[in-house]
Amino acid sequence: MGQFIQQLINGLTLGAVYGLIALGYTMVYGIIGMINFAHGDIYMVSAIISVTALTLMSAFGISSVPLVLALVLIIAIAFTSVYGWAVERTAYRPLRNASRLAPLISAIGMSIFLQNMVQVTQGARVKPVPTLMPGGIELFTHAGFSVHLAYTQIMICVITVVLMVAFTGLITRTSFGRQQRACEQDRTMASLLGIDVDKTISYTFMLGAALAAVAGVMVTVYYGVVDFSIGFVAGIKAFTAAVLGGVGSLPGAMLGGVLIGLIESYWSAYLSPEYKDVATFAILILVLMFRPSGLLGRPEVEKV
Amino acid sequence: MSAHAAQQSAGMALADKLKDALRIGLVALLLGIPMLGLTTVDQGGGLQVMTRWPLLAQFVGVVFFGRLILQWLVGHFHLRKLQRQRVAAKTAVVQERPWLKWLGAVALAFAVALPVAFSGNRYVIDIATTVLIYVMLGWGLNVVVGLAGLLDLGYVAFYAVGAYSYGLLSTLFGWGFWETLPVAGGMAALFGLLLGWPTLRLRGDYLAIVTLGFGEIIRIILVNWTDFSGGPNGINSIPRPSFFGLEFKPPGDTPTFASFFHLEYSADHRVVFLYYVILVLALLTHVFVSRLRRLPVGMAWEAVREDELACKALGINVTGVKLSAYAIGAMLGGFAGVFFAARQGFISPESFVFSESATILAIVVLGGRGSQLGVVFAALLLVVLPELGRDFSDYRMLLFGAAMVLIMVWRPGGLVARREPTIQIETAAVQGATP
Amino acid sequence: MIDTPLLEVNHLTMRFGGLTALDDLSLAVPAGKVTSIIGPNGAGKTTFFNCLTGFYKPTVGDVVMHHPQHGKLILNHLATHRVARHAGVVRTFQNIRLFPSMTVLENLMVAQYNTLQHASRFSLAGLLGLAGYRQAKEEALAKATTWLERLGLIDRANVAAGNLSYGTQRRIEIARALCVDPLLLCLDEPAAGLNPRESAELNELLLYLSREHGKGILLIEHDMNVVMRVSDQICVLNFGHKIAEGTPQEIQQDPNVIKAYLGEEEIEEASA
Repeated sequence: MGQFIQQLINGLTLGAVYGLIALGYTMVYGIIGMINFAHGDIYMVSAIISVTALTLMSAFGISSVPLVLALVLIIAIAFTSVYGWAVERTAYRPLRNASRLAPLISAIGMSIFLQNMVQVTQGARVKPVPTLMPGGIELFTHAGFSVHLAYTQIMICVITVVLMVAFTGLITRTSFGRQQRACEQDRTMASLLGIDVDKTISYTFMLGAALAAVAGVMVTVYYGVVDFSIGFVAGIKAFTAAVLGGVGSLPGAMLGGVLIGLIESYWSAYLSPEYKDVATFAILILVLMFRPSGLLGRPEVEKV
Repeated sequence: MSAHAAQQSAGMALADKLKDALRIGLVALLLGIPMLGLTTVDQGGGLQVMTRWPLLAQFVGVVFFGRLILQWLVGHFHLRKLQRQRVAAKTAVVQERPWLKWLGAVALAFAVALPVAFSGNRYVIDIATTVLIYVMLGWGLNVVVGLAGLLDLGYVAFYAVGAYSYGLLSTLFGWGFWETLPVAGGMAALFGLLLGWPTLRLRGDYLAIVTLGFGEIIRIILVNWTDFSGGPNGINSIPRPSFFGLEFKPPGDTPTFASFFHLEYSADHRVVFLYYVILVLALLTHVFVSRLRRLPVGMAWEAVREDELACKALGINVTGVKLSAYAIGAMLGGFAGVFFAARQGFISPESFVFSESATILAIVVLGGRGSQLGVVFAALLLVVLPELGRDFSDYRMLLFGAAMVLIMVWRPGGLVARREPTIQIETAAVQGATP
Repeated sequence: MIDTPLLEVNHLTMRFGGLTALDDLSLAVPAGKVTSIIGPNGAGKTTFFNCLTGFYKPTVGDVVMHHPQHGKLILNHLATHRVARHAGVVRTFQNIRLFPSMTVLENLMVAQYNTLQHASRFSLAGLLGLAGYRQAKEEALAKATTWLERLGLIDRANVAAGNLSYGTQRRIEIARALCVDPLLLCLDEPAAGLNPRESAELNELLLYLSREHGKGILLIEHDMNVVMRVSDQICVLNFGHKIAEGTPQEIQQDPNVIKAYLGEEEIEEASA
């Protein structure tokens, strides 16, 4: 029982991170109909940036936890969005009218580039950061197993929920959101109506990168160790989350993220930690086979 | 750069060019600050921030002036115009280009003569062998991606199936290279069918992700199922292929290659022999795939790539066609895997990671989808480029990634973006006759 | 028609969510005749084709093909490709669907995939270049050439289909469908975008196919010049309902049709 609740908490935290990354996948997929293969590495870049930012904070002697967190988030979001912009600009925009495979390859190239760029410039070693918010709440103890809720976990869940609300507002209420949705529906028509499609796509990439940046910061704070290689697997899992929830559906991405997070922590706890990634991939395959439109996605009618 | 911006850039005033370069420089600055300008180093006890402002300044300067030079080149040589022509050429009437055939013949002659030309230079032959493995893999994947248009990001799984089939069958049951070859190919094809059957009706990108997942599952199983695969340590002392039963080893009790042909034993014999084995395998693959392409099944692959619905309307069982492409691609990957295991004498899951799949896919796409010759060039490029960069090995993969992006942007259709018709008839009127 | 028709459509209904695209449609399509489906945009004509050719599964109702060799086939129970392969019902598309980077000849050879694939014995005979396969290939080539010549496309045989003009592409699509040896040919707006000469040629072709080759032809068309000249019977759809059925003369005088669709001037034009 205690174990079960503990894994629920851990899974939700992990799921929040996956969900934030998945949002970026879903948005980009929605607007250009392609997987942004470098998205996982954008997340990794953010995690590295936040390590630097956190270290800078402690060097400057800023110790107020909320202030540090806010500053690190702002720094990570600002710089990571530029990376998102640059990825779109170099790997996607020149290939807007090429076959579908071309941008996929250039994005894979971009992913390899980013990973190795970070390895070269920031070193291959794992980067540990001191715990920002130590401690937590002991919820209860059951049969000798104490259930622990860390402050970091609370922080992650709260930030994720706040971001989700703000983000939904952005997409449904603002003029950018309308333009973004218009481009998703029909890019040609949107451009005929005077929407700057290129700009909207750029902003979408930046927004996706910003969400991944938040995820990167949270992972850094949560685990306290990051390195240049964390992007690939996290990216795949987040993509699985996006597909599970239904690509194109924003609440779906979040739901998918949470489900993947839960599956992963329960699988690790009760079955085998070695095969937790296999579980994720197997679920991905099963979902695509039996419900390709995901849990919350709309089924696509084949246009003849 | 969008076409619109390109049109403008041709006639841009210097001030505008400067402004544009400054903007790009600013972006470079923003990108550079957290990665080049700042870094964290572990100085016992904890991380310390280190600054590298001169490096950052150099980077921004290079980007700024590079952009200016690029602008100048674009304006000067009307690069865009060339590109437009190239796009036009891609869709234009199929035209004969005999020099491509010549190039192919020259490449083949070179490949055959290589071990003689570079005899004694083991390094070159080794690299050439690696190139040929990738050529073969590229040709195999070309069936799936280039011809049938199915996105496969987990091709390395079939390579692994082939390699482990040989690794296990040879070490556990003493099977030889040549007996294992068909069995391992069959195993890989079977895996292809098993994976393809449920997933091939998925849309392109979904298929890509599922195949990627499949590739990772195979790798994770290989890492963790130690009893079966040896886990992360892999399989050691895999026997090398023999020359019709003659082993490549120092003279001993049994006749060896060297003793049989009355040669002085040299370790190079095996290297050269392996080179010719993969050359023959690759050529067989080439002939096989080229012939298949001209058969109904090959035409159906291409038709499925072009328009699935039209295929259905013509009575073609699209799933069957896709499965056949997938299984044949998998089988060829399996063959290459057997050779890989035999050549290395040692395999571990390390060799079958995602970046391998990405490399093979990049070879196919860079080569030009469906073009057999393009695959050769791309394999050469992608294998030799990192080798040349071996001296500054830290930057090897960095350059590899950058090259992938740049080449793709430069030639989205691939190096050889030309499709050879599979069947032709004599037509009385030449092209350009009455509309 | 006294004898059994080639194709029978019984009470076909197709709903998409709340939208009823086809409502209780029944129709008999005879062999050797041209049957036209007309109606305003959005009347459900293409949906009807999609139900017929297995691309959509109708919500209610059946489409029955009376196949001279294979007997009675219920098309909506067949997989999409089986409709063409087994039942001999082949369609073209409103927005032309060729294999654009393949040559015209290749397009027509792909259409004969099933025959050729059978002859190549799962590619084995083909890989070995056995005589049986070679002969089948020659025959397929002859069939393709025949249709290319008949449709005036032979000069273009080696050109990538995507590079040709719209009117030519329409003809290629018909030629490609004919290479499947259909019993029933379903043409979705074949005259759209054709110039007057091309559309006159189309008329002639449709009559030739139905009269000389005994093919059943089902035609969706907006061009009344084509419809009124070649049709043996016309079915008028409006909002998924069949509002009239009969010979061109009957349809031109049908008050329902006039009200719903044709308009006074157009009738005069069409009968002129």
